[in-house]
Amino acid sequence: MASFILNRLWQSLILIAGVSVIGFGLMELAPGGPLAVYTLNPTVTSQDIERIKVIFGLDQPAYVQYLKWAGNFLAGNWGYSFFGGRPVAGIVLERIPATLLLMCTSLSLAMVIGVAVGMLGAVRRYSVFDYLATTWAMVALSLPTFWFGLVAIYIFAVELGWFPAGGIGTLGGEGGGILDMLHHLALPAGILALVLVAQWSRYARSAMLEVLNQDFMRTARAKGLSGRRVLFQHGFRAALVPLVTLMGLQLPLLLGGALVTETVFSWPGMGLLFVNSLSMRDYPVLMAILMLSAVAVVLGNLLADVLNALIDPRIKLGSARA
Amino acid sequence: MTDLTTTAALEAPRAPPRGRVFRRFRKHRLAVGGAIVIVALGLATIFASALSPYDPLALDLTSTYAPPFTAGHILGADDLGRDVLSRLLYAGRISLSVGLAAMLVTVFVGSLVGAFAAYLGGWVGTLLMRLTDMVLCFPNIFLLLFIAAFVRPTLLSMVLIIGLTSWMEIARIVYAQVLSLKRRDFILAAQLSGASSARIVLRQVLPNTLAPILVAASLNTANAILLESYISFLGYGIQPPAASWGNMLTNAQSDLLIAPWLAIFPGIAITIAVTSFNFVGDGIRDALDVRLQV
Repeated sequence: MASFILNRLWQSLILIAGVSVIGFGLMELAPGGPLAVYTLNPTVTSQDIERIKVIFGLDQPAYVQYLKWAGNFLAGNWGYSFFGGRPVAGIVLERIPATLLLMCTSLSLAMVIGVAVGMLGAVRRYSVFDYLATTWAMVALSLPTFWFGLVAIYIFAVELGWFPAGGIGTLGGEGGGILDMLHHLALPAGILALVLVAQWSRYARSAMLEVLNQDFMRTARAKGLSGRRVLFQHGFRAALVPLVTLMGLQLPLLLGGALVTETVFSWPGMGLLFVNSLSMRDYPVLMAILMLSAVAVVLGNLLADVLNALIDPRIKLGSARA
Repeated sequence: MTDLTTTAALEAPRAPPRGRVFRRFRKHRLAVGGAIVIVALGLATIFASALSPYDPLALDLTSTYAPPFTAGHILGADDLGRDVLSRLLYAGRISLSVGLAAMLVTVFVGSLVGAFAAYLGGWVGTLLMRLTDMVLCFPNIFLLLFIAAFVRPTLLSMVLIIGLTSWMEIARIVYAQVLSLKRRDFILAAQLSGASSARIVLRQVLPNTLAPILVAASLNTANAILLESYISFLGYGIQPPAASWGNMLTNAQSDLLIAPWLAIFPGIAITIAVTSFNFVGDGIRDALDVRLQV
């Protein structure tokens, strides 16, 4: 177990380093270089640009810049925003709570609804409910999240006026505190959850179907246990294993979904910050978010593997995985 | 030698007879529906120039924000008075081509990596598959947007960006399939008769992994269309005035109060196309009885 985790951590480090090199390389190669915003601005003189270059260390060769950046990044010094000059760590970290709030809310909603729907579908296989649920799952997987969000804004915010169209709190005045925030959260979290439900219900359904055919289920029923008890005590537990994996694997999807949802709903999280920084070419901020998302995804995958091994004694870590 | 090759044990395994597969696919009603929709969409976009009532780029400032069914615009007109239906048809041409071309890239790269990794084995194989596992962990959307934002957006760059970030699943499928095929007798026979590695991989192994690749290919097409719409929506994909389903939605949010139909139709087109490809993939999977990790 320990050697497995060490091995995986080692691989994860290489991966994260790879992402950082790609990110850094792209910025170097980008037309106009990292300072395109300034060089294309006619009021900024070439002396100014030289000065800025020296300040940000951009006058040195690329690999020196990279190593310097990487060393600083590891030391917790993430540089300063090209716009406004605030420390990047502060800019990024203050956005994390909003993203976490959105992600956790929608993930828990999706998990509860998805697992319930999927398991019910498996138990009542080929029923009308099962048919509707699997069809919706397929459609939800195919929906562009941003468009789904736009339609929801149009219906629930513009036409019906039930929810605000965006933001995390009412602007101006004192705002309504926690209730006001939940009011703002409902629509984006609901949309993200409806999309995520698709994967959960598909996984839960196929996991449950597989479990239903296993010998120990038949044994439990033969022992005379009630149908409900067999289903919840034995079936549910066994079906949990692939679902734990899904939780880890969903992290990229969740981060990505949050990115798009945050953009459409102007939810002030990391995703919106990323999209805004992208349009302003604020490199230090972009690199920091890219690295954070890579770390989150890698950790999610690792966690899924470890949890899986803890729940299912049949899985042996370290052996060749297909 | 001749009597060796005639023995049944050396024959390559055959896929289930074509008739049966087709019959099973037909029973999957949603998949058949999806296939019909794809063909219809394909024809509609191929013949876009004949079908569109207007030039998709023609500005008409007298009919800006014309609602559907007015001023001769069946699906309305956008902020510059361009006909939405015409733009949708031409946009479909671009969005579908990007989806299909990106899928081809994923199939090509994925099959090559997977097949050679499995066939060669050893440290080369391990290295290739470790690489695949690692790329699979990439935070897709962030990296995709990042790359897209820094590369000059063209049709080709979109195809390559999407294709080169989503080939990993196919590589893993092909790897697993080839590993199990590798030990079969007909491969051994080919090796004994002196065929080169490349020839065996291309002529014997790949055709036998076609079924799962087909499934993954249609799901990848769906995904590529979706990714194109994300990137173009955020403004880093297909550039106006050329229309793609994604970039038609770029201004939709700011126009939501005055012209909600501008947001509705491109989204429906994306959803229909992507759902269809997903259903077809599902149908092929059921028909060929392929088991895949989701």
